[in-house]
Amino acid sequence: MAKRIGKQSVKFDKSISIKSTAATVGPKEGEGPLGKYFDVVLEDILAGEKSWEKAESKIVSNNMKLAVEKSKIGMDKIDYILAGDLLNQGSGSNYGVRDFNIPFFGLYGACSTFGESMCLGGILIESGAAENVLVGASSHFCAAEKQFRFPLDLGTQRPLTTTWTVTGDGAAVLSNEDNSPYITAITTGKMVDLGITDANNMGAAMAPAAAQAICSNFKDFDITPDYYDLIITGDLGKVGMELTTKLLKEEGYDISKNFTDCGVEIFDPVSQDTHAGGSGCACSATVFSSYFYEKVKRGELKRILFVPTGALMSSTSVQQGESIPGIAHAAVIENKRGNN
Amino acid sequence: MDYLKAFIVGGLICVIGQILIDKTKLTSARILVLFVVSGCILGGLGLYEPLVRFANAGATVPLPGFGYALAKGVMNEIDTSGITGILTGGLKASAAGITVAIVCGFLASLIFNPKEK
Repeated sequence: MAKRIGKQSVKFDKSISIKSTAATVGPKEGEGPLGKYFDVVLEDILAGEKSWEKAESKIVSNNMKLAVEKSKIGMDKIDYILAGDLLNQGSGSNYGVRDFNIPFFGLYGACSTFGESMCLGGILIESGAAENVLVGASSHFCAAEKQFRFPLDLGTQRPLTTTWTVTGDGAAVLSNEDNSPYITAITTGKMVDLGITDANNMGAAMAPAAAQAICSNFKDFDITPDYYDLIITGDLGKVGMELTTKLLKEEGYDISKNFTDCGVEIFDPVSQDTHAGGSGCACSATVFSSYFYEKVKRGELKRILFVPTGALMSSTSVQQGESIPGIAHAAVIENKRGNN
Repeated sequence: MDYLKAFIVGGLICVIGQILIDKTKLTSARILVLFVVSGCILGGLGLYEPLVRFANAGATVPLPGFGYALAKGVMNEIDTSGITGILTGGLKASAAGITVAIVCGFLASLIFNPKEK
């Protein structure tokens, strides 16, 4: 059975295999440095639909089907779907999976949703409640701008600290089969709020949560940063990465040598004018489901700490001047089981 | 010469807006309201009038010009029809601008769709 370790972590006993992954992205992500790794790059950000919200649900539906297809497990063998997105009431995922006829838990962890879904999926399999779980997260640039910042029709200029919400969906099939790579442990994040109120500077709002989750992972398992080949956060961007490194240094951990961020990897800020980097549920979901998944599977990375980060504010809380709490969920993903 | 004056004054007003966008956390909607209210106050105090005489459209087309038109409309209407001018003068004077904005906005929304960039 799973073993609870320290205050925030759980070590899995069973093999929680990431059997397959799939990543679908929009045109801008396709033009980015990781473009060639994605399974599907859409030519049209509307995906042939009439609205951005409908487009997001279509992306979710098609990408999840692709992940299951690649797993060769078959849709009828999927016991649960765990998925979430940024839209009100999780409608991107709700409509995306409505024709699947599979038990579904809708999640909201903002941009940390993919990490949340992987952690919970692992727990479901470990507990014996499920054999195969389909997990995923999605976001859409235009729909997210409309909901959280300004409607695109307004043509507002974007400050330099803002991130660019990734359009796309990342999905993974978790299974109790014995197939590399594996989720071997998780560290569930706590709400961390240091009082940042600027919705255009999410990296700074999420960095303390990322640092807290990473630090707890080190402490719970009594390890040092070099235990991992790479520590990968979700969408801190450059500013948030620097802050996280600094916060961890204060705790006595130096992660400057093996630390990266999906939001930094996905775009080229100079040629793509994306300012602080990529963000959104799909940022960590698509980058992991393509680039990093393959690297761990091939053994180029033997053990990673994958830490999607989320800012848990709503458009109402921002308007009312509330500060922005952050969260980060960490999953230890390894090429082989029982490395230690 | 008129073109140059209009360009310089209108441009300077826009530069103030750009600085506010870049250097403060004010949202575009707040800057918009700030500009209209400033124009209104400056117009009411008679300080905007010289700028309009100098730069014409360079001062009337940007947002403070709208505030100026509201203030001037109220003052004129009070002179001609008394105290009710406070309520009616502003919109009378700016009716053309408001109508053009609504009609153009409507037409643009019919023809165009917002895009990613």
